[in-house]
Amino acid sequence: MRAGELGEPTRRALEQQIAVGEFFDADGFVPVTSVHMMGDMEVMGDAGFAVIDSLVADGARFVVPVTTNARCVDFERAAALRQDPGLVARETALVARLRALGAMPVDTCINYQTLYQPQFGEHLAWGDTGTVIWANSVAGARTNYEAGPAAVAAGLTGVTPAYGYHLAPQRVGSLRFEVRCPVGDLTDWGALGGIVGRLTLDYWKVPVLVGLRRSPTGDELKHFGTALASYGSCAMFHMVGVTPEARDEAEALGGRPPTASHVIDGPALDAFYRTFPEDRAEVDVVVFSGPQLSVLEIRRIAELLEGRRVHDGTALIVTTSFGNREQAARLGYVETIEAAGGHVLSGVCWYIMEPAKMAAAFGWRNVLTNSAKLANIIGGYRLHPILRRTAVCVEAAVTGRLPAEARWR
Amino acid sequence: MSVVLRAPRGFGADVEGEVVLSRDTFSIRYDMDRETGVISRRGHALEGQSLAGKIVYFPAVQGGVAAGWAFLALAHRGVAPAGVLFGRTNPVMIQGLVLAGIPVMHRLSPDPFTVLRSGERVRMSPARGVVERLSRP
Repeated sequence: MRAGELGEPTRRALEQQIAVGEFFDADGFVPVTSVHMMGDMEVMGDAGFAVIDSLVADGARFVVPVTTNARCVDFERAAALRQDPGLVARETALVARLRALGAMPVDTCINYQTLYQPQFGEHLAWGDTGTVIWANSVAGARTNYEAGPAAVAAGLTGVTPAYGYHLAPQRVGSLRFEVRCPVGDLTDWGALGGIVGRLTLDYWKVPVLVGLRRSPTGDELKHFGTALASYGSCAMFHMVGVTPEARDEAEALGGRPPTASHVIDGPALDAFYRTFPEDRAEVDVVVFSGPQLSVLEIRRIAELLEGRRVHDGTALIVTTSFGNREQAARLGYVETIEAAGGHVLSGVCWYIMEPAKMAAAFGWRNVLTNSAKLANIIGGYRLHPILRRTAVCVEAAVTGRLPAEARWR
Repeated sequence: MSVVLRAPRGFGADVEGEVVLSRDTFSIRYDMDRETGVISRRGHALEGQSLAGKIVYFPAVQGGVAAGWAFLALAHRGVAPAGVLFGRTNPVMIQGLVLAGIPVMHRLSPDPFTVLRSGERVRMSPARGVVERLSRP
């Protein structure tokens, strides 16, 4: 491949992979069965678009299945959200070029719930941190964080450098977190991920959770993992008795004592929420996104909104995958949410939909969410994040104000 | 000129520039205005600072895969750092810096804060695994 017998794009992709592999002392290459790539104009910019465009011009084709992550435009609902028509046009052009390379533009960050469940030991090249941490931790598959260009390279070569989470030694836990409190709402699981992430803050460390009073659901693991990846840059966790490489604590820790131990109790969980105080009682927009919602999550929002109206001064946004929106529509949940005045978007995640511009267009200053990941991200867009449990978020959407018991100043 | 930092072999060509040291970690999406290359997150140690043309040090990195494309975008706008030094990093940063052709090193020793000050001119040599001080400000 390096000699270029598979064409110039593949040769260039391999050169990049070799440079990354050498940086991390990779043990050669490993074939991958599936690639999941971040490819949207918000994250790529014109420079990234030009890379894809030149690959198309050179006749490049992916040699393994390549799925795409959530993107920055819901093409059917862009106008209602006052998204920049120029961005919509560029995104349309990008999707056409990704198709030309042979990608599958499924536009979801929950591919592991909705499309493709990787198996134990399967080697992948996945982007989007939430998908990576799920694949490694819950499925027992093996992947590093593969950013857009690295995922494109793996799609072209069918291999990825064998370092990090492809190798058994990297997958051993070293930090012990004992959970001594009930973890209830999805937001609690995100908060737990945030707490562990803030204490870990290292891609190369694997936290081990012990003491959970029950096994989490898939959606709870999703919120936990995406938050842990967001706050801690982590690619893997073990939950003893829950995840497949942690049948007991000794296995999770590789038979060694932990390098550090932490206790997470009720006050610690409360303290995490209190790092997201409201700026004022009025709520501008309530967002359920980051990651996209499962059908069960959409059902819960619909139940909480049933027969009610979102406040005139507040917006409510749900994002999910194409397939989940279709299912939720068949089940009547989309109609319930839309009848209440909410938006149900598909193929997108809110934080990449140019939130700063959307906020400016609608006059939003604060964002209330049940997603610990989203709360972590949107500060970078100079929007005020408020993190509260799911039912509080819906209540605030209906009344336009945070309920008194959820106000801290 | 004196060697002040050592590291494993990094990526990219030798580069000289003004060094900027951050005590805070780095995430392109969370901390930076990707249009201008200016650190935009409120309360970040480098808030308001442009990284354009600088050799910038962060002790660690945070968050997601946005960095993969973002360095190339910064380079096309002429606002990319000249070089990047990390204490601990993750694959995404390196994938993005390799794509953009920006030199990078990690696992520096000792702690840069003990031997360098922001504003000093340095040369980073990824192939040799050294950072040298060229002049004090």
